[in-house]
Amino acid sequence: MKYTLSVLVENHPGVLSRVAGLFSRRGFNIDSLAVGVTEDPTISRMTIVVNGDDYVVEQVTKQLNKLIDVIKVKKLDPKEAVERELALIKVNANSQTRSDIIQITEIFRANIVDVSKETLTIEISGDEDKIEALIELLKQYGIREVVRTGLIAIERGNKVISKSKSEEDE
Amino acid sequence: MKVKMTVARAMVEVLKSEGVEIIFGIPGAAIYPFYDALYSSDIKHVLVRTEQAAVHEASGYARTTGKVGVCVATSGPGATNLITGIATAYMDSVPIVAITGQVNSSLIGKDVFQEVDITGATAPFTKHNYLVKDPKKIVRILKEAFYIASTGRRGPVLIDVPIDVQMQEIEFEIPKEIDIPGYKPKEKGHPLQIKRAVEAIENSKRPVVCSGGGVIASGASEELRILVEKQKIPVISTLMGIGCIPTDHPYYLGMIGSHGQKEANLALRQADLLIVIGARLADRALGDTKITDNMKIIHIDIDPAEIGKNVDTNVPIVGDAKQVLSEINKRISERKDFWAHEIKAQKKVLPDDDKLHPYDVLREISRAYNGDYIITTDVGQHQIWAAHNLYIKEPGTFITSGGLGTMGYGVPAAIGAKFGRPDKEVISITGDGSFQMLLQELATIKREQVPVKIVLFNNTRLGMVYELQKRRCSGRFIATCLDGNPDFMILAKAYDIQSMRIDKKDQVREAVETLKNHKGPFLLEVVISPDEPTIPQ
Ligand SMILES: Cc1ncc(C[n+]2csc(CCOP(=O)(O)OP(=O)(O)O)c2C)c(N)n1
Repeated sequence: MKYTLSVLVENHPGVLSRVAGLFSRRGFNIDSLAVGVTEDPTISRMTIVVNGDDYVVEQVTKQLNKLIDVIKVKKLDPKEAVERELALIKVNANSQTRSDIIQITEIFRANIVDVSKETLTIEISGDEDKIEALIELLKQYGIREVVRTGLIAIERGNKVISKSKSEEDE
Repeated sequence: MKVKMTVARAMVEVLKSEGVEIIFGIPGAAIYPFYDALYSSDIKHVLVRTEQAAVHEASGYARTTGKVGVCVATSGPGATNLITGIATAYMDSVPIVAITGQVNSSLIGKDVFQEVDITGATAPFTKHNYLVKDPKKIVRILKEAFYIASTGRRGPVLIDVPIDVQMQEIEFEIPKEIDIPGYKPKEKGHPLQIKRAVEAIENSKRPVVCSGGGVIASGASEELRILVEKQKIPVISTLMGIGCIPTDHPYYLGMIGSHGQKEANLALRQADLLIVIGARLADRALGDTKITDNMKIIHIDIDPAEIGKNVDTNVPIVGDAKQVLSEINKRISERKDFWAHEIKAQKKVLPDDDKLHPYDVLREISRAYNGDYIITTDVGQHQIWAAHNLYIKEPGTFITSGGLGTMGYGVPAAIGAKFGRPDKEVISITGDGSFQMLLQELATIKREQVPVKIVLFNNTRLGMVYELQKRRCSGRFIATCLDGNPDFMILAKAYDIQSMRIDKKDQVREAVETLKNHKGPFLLEVVISPDEPTIPQ
């Protein structure tokens, strides 16, 4: 099972390595980890996708909470959250295949962001399945390189995960 | 009011404001400004002979006083020498602030002379650590460090200060309050969970309390005693929990686990309710006892991450043990009978022959002092003998490296303990292997005239491992015989420490009397058989 955790941390140097270190040290598997600063420049948000069962997620959450720089950890319910990932895919393209690839790109509502004689670079954002599906389709042309950001997620509606610790989130 | 001063001075000022009286350490070029600032303060500095000892001494001090222990080292090798001590403190939840010097900020990351990434290295086993880059933040960081080390589940905090930062001038002002958004330890147990715990205890037939170091750290012994006496619950403890209740208490059954006492393990196996308090129930504590589905578990711990980590819990209670237990006590009824009478009655009678056994000495020490001492131990068979045979009267008077199992801990911890509690007799129980891991601290004992007593069980073996090889490797002994041991009597003399060696049973009483009556430091060497087992068969 995959779980998405939204983690607010203090924007200090070394926090990322502490978080990443915690995972390797305790033998948890991270699928992806994306970090960026929030609306408050002193705080960053990490979106972490973990692979494991309930025990693992509970342990990850508790161990993360133990880190002094971690302000809040919340497990996101996929139904209640918008999840996105950005990928850049460089694919082989020649005069015969080029228009097919452009068509596929359009169907996926992706964008062509760079063109060379032999390649096209496609930008796509969406949930993991959508990106996987596009990659799968493009494979036949020969993928040169894929760069993915890892998942980021935000809760739907007017809910926010903020710095203040409220009991209900614990 | 703001005053201009160097960061180094400011560091000393914060230490003073935190009530620090003593620091253990070794200076070096990367920490000299701090030492220079220390020169004109009245904080005592104890010069150790290796940095690992500095942390252990700070640990012994912290564990006997309840204050934060402070140690200092220079950058690079000084800092890395602290590592084992820091990890030891982390595993046993001992509040320590470790200060290290660091190379010039502009050189960090360039592998210059005596540079090491100590914050990176210690991240896994510090509660938190800091590399101070901004001189203006030093005061807040130091205050935070003391706060973090001494609250919630206690532990070591490291602060790494580059030398150029130490020398900068700042406007000094101590902040009134500290607010760390991500750190809000929860002390009060949830009322609903407390209610459920009370019900579970009252509905159980064979409850057992397993108490760990957390009971001692939170000062919850009195509350524990009230609970177990009201509900007539047998108490078993982990190594760290010894002394949570006097070892001669009618309900105390002993230590559990692979090196535990039979009665304690038996009670654990027969229990229908296990009340774990301030213990993590690691592999060694459980031994081969399996927690079954028909045993309910209440787990009380200040660290939420401990609950459910090693055993499944029915009633988890996050909070300070003292707090939670007193809430439980307010609601709990009285029980009529003690179910573990029979188990208690099975208590082993130790063999009594002509040979000199370690327990002869340990029991004589218990008798002579009647528990009025602080004991520190090293790691090995002697640690287990001490855990089983010494009378421990008060919480916090049995000090041992329970979590990491660090050989070399005992003597420095005793030194620290004696500095913390000069009114108490401090006795270090050690083995010939462990003693030699940090025996250079005899120099600290000599220099500072620390009147600690050392009882050295000499079996010319790394006894614990030797015993393991005997049992598991059918006597294929490798690397466990300590030929080449020094003559410990001459060694003691070299450090001006009085000493005595015994190898016969009838010498025990007199030897313990001599040990007790001697005013200064004393080394008693007890020569025993290499084949003395941890648990008499
Ligand atoms: C620093 C360290 N190294 C190795 C060990 C592994 N170890 C555990 S007990 C032990 C033997 C201890 O020998 P000694 O101190 O003489 O005590 P005894 O068991 O003989 O009483 C060893 C080597 C350890 N616990 N710590």
